[in-house]
Amino acid sequence: MSGKSRPNQLFRNLNAKIASIPMILTASVIFFGGTLWTIFYSFTNSKLLPRLKFVGFSQYERLWSTNRWLISIENLLIFGFLSLIFSLAIGFLLAVLMDQKIRFENTFRTIFLYPFALSFIVTGLVWQWILNPDFGIQKVVRSFGWDNFNFDPLYDAEIVIYGILIAALWQGTGLVMCIMLAGLRGIDQEIWNAAKIDGIPSWKTYLLIIIPMMRPVFVTTLVLITSGIVKVYDLVVAQTSGGPGIASEVPAKFVYDTMFLKQNLGQGFAGSTMMLLSVLIVLIPWAYLEFGGKKRG
Amino acid sequence: MKFKALFGLSVAGLMATSAANATELEVTHWWTSGGEAAAVAEFAKAFDATGHKWVDGAIAGSGGVARPIMISRITGGDPMGATQFNHGRQAEELVEAGLMQDLTEVAERENWSEIIYPKSLLDACTVDGKVYCAPVNIHSWQWLWLSHKAFSDAGIPVPTNWDEFVAAAPALEKVGKIPLAMGNQPWQSNGAFGVMLVALGGIELRAKIFEQRDAEAAAGPEMAKVFKAADKAREMSKDSKVQDWNQATNLVITGQAGGQIMGDWAQGEFAVANQLAGEDYSCLPGLGVNEVISTGGDAFYFPRMDDPEKTKAQMDLASVLVAKTTQVAFNLKKGSLPIRGDVDLSAANDCMKKGLSILASGNILPDANMLLSPDTQGQLDDLMVEFWKDMSITPENAQQRYAEIIASAD
Repeated sequence: MSGKSRPNQLFRNLNAKIASIPMILTASVIFFGGTLWTIFYSFTNSKLLPRLKFVGFSQYERLWSTNRWLISIENLLIFGFLSLIFSLAIGFLLAVLMDQKIRFENTFRTIFLYPFALSFIVTGLVWQWILNPDFGIQKVVRSFGWDNFNFDPLYDAEIVIYGILIAALWQGTGLVMCIMLAGLRGIDQEIWNAAKIDGIPSWKTYLLIIIPMMRPVFVTTLVLITSGIVKVYDLVVAQTSGGPGIASEVPAKFVYDTMFLKQNLGQGFAGSTMMLLSVLIVLIPWAYLEFGGKKRG
Repeated sequence: MKFKALFGLSVAGLMATSAANATELEVTHWWTSGGEAAAVAEFAKAFDATGHKWVDGAIAGSGGVARPIMISRITGGDPMGATQFNHGRQAEELVEAGLMQDLTEVAERENWSEIIYPKSLLDACTVDGKVYCAPVNIHSWQWLWLSHKAFSDAGIPVPTNWDEFVAAAPALEKVGKIPLAMGNQPWQSNGAFGVMLVALGGIELRAKIFEQRDAEAAAGPEMAKVFKAADKAREMSKDSKVQDWNQATNLVITGQAGGQIMGDWAQGEFAVANQLAGEDYSCLPGLGVNEVISTGGDAFYFPRMDDPEKTKAQMDLASVLVAKTTQVAFNLKKGSLPIRGDVDLSAANDCMKKGLSILASGNILPDANMLLSPDTQGQLDDLMVEFWKDMSITPENAQQRYAEIIASAD
């Protein structure tokens, strides 16, 4: 082996390359090809079945003058922004508390992670009942004597999206906590010792030393949460089915309903193209910062 | 080689003979509430009696949830043996794309064109002179269901028309009842509004809007009255916090709500709860104002299959669905009207008899699903559910948006 010239780059790790061919094909044909196909057909007036009759941008014009789409986008923005902040903050806080060498850590970890084992459909149904004014929290608190207690998020168009947010946080923060905890455990004890010798208070150590060191963990979590946000669908279907009225509609549900219920593929494709665009708007600057920054070292 | 071919042939023959005895046919539908499930069991029983096997593919969550699943299965190349759709334009494109089985042979053999009444039902199944679906029942939207218990608790007589019902609302509210039950599914709001349109606005106005797509009429003063009435109705239903239509019907059955505007499929729920028409509940066709019914309903479509055995079973099923005995058994359980005028429904209750006599008198309208495309219906659904649940939208604003949708309807 040692006497030979360097092997051709193409044949290095040949086994691994052969093994990844199916995935490469899936990614390029199904994901990429399907994406292009969808964008292409969003310029047609396809109804139930795709057909090639081009109508220019009129699907997009209709989309952006549809009230339901605008509400969907607004909901996604509120839901996305708050769920990002809260799940990171609560998840990290829980992880820090867990990291204080408490007793029964295993038990607590299981309790916090348990909701993640439930599907969004189950989560949505559970919280539909908990937040129902006639059966859930409102009823319980009123039965303790606070007769004027009002807590009715799912039937109030103004705040329904926060009702969904509560359920999403309940389901998702356990996972964030676990990843954060793993990150915290990965920090060398020496660093803590050094910080202690220097007399740095522990909250400051967390904020200024540990969090910057956990950057990769945060990035992973961020990607996980964001992808979950954009595709949120089943939670809304189970919890409110978009109601009251259309106050808790989300883009994914709009696309599905338009494509299959209203039998208007062209309009649905326009919606999903806009969803892709919004993901790209977030993703491209991030990827640029993340991977472009590395070269500078 | 020859041997192999022979072997293959005999195996195929063997499979064919064994399948001929009992061809399994998966039938998808969205009949899952108590009364509906009891009715569909009648179909299954009748079909099994022909020597085939009915494989039930019920999809929970009403048509809005079920139809996308059905359509994606048909277009995705995994068709079921037969599937429910509403009469009208929901399966239009599937038929045009050649994905549906042509039933003309059965229809001609059994003389459907003469026995099916009203004729519009068969017309809705016919594309280019060929029959593509078997209608199974007539459902009409134009009913107001009233709970006797709710009104006696409030100490007032049961209303006999919409105006009396509206006037009774404060008395109902005083004893903690919801005047009007309304679920949160978009089609419920749009359907109820459609009922108010024909009952309070009149048949002509409805025809102008749904058939001629007259946007001016939709924006006009006649329509404004209907929107005013709907504004009142949503006020009366604001405390009704349920999702599904049958949960809303249940509010009426248990006397927690005064009434509900819902199609005659609600009747099945009253029957399952052992309630008697005229004693425990009343029904007012056309809201008691304008006694008409629209003849929508359900029909079965048969996706095209390659296996000739399956196709034969499909034909058999189509004939079973339209047969006299199945029609009677099914419709009595379902609370809907039969699709043929020559069956004896003496066992029908008060409400069904009201429906039958309106049907016989010819005061009938085509269903909205026959007139408007699913796209337009969906847009109206979205608008009406938003209007119904969000009090900040004024009737004027909603009417303007309604007219815009009608103007661009296809």
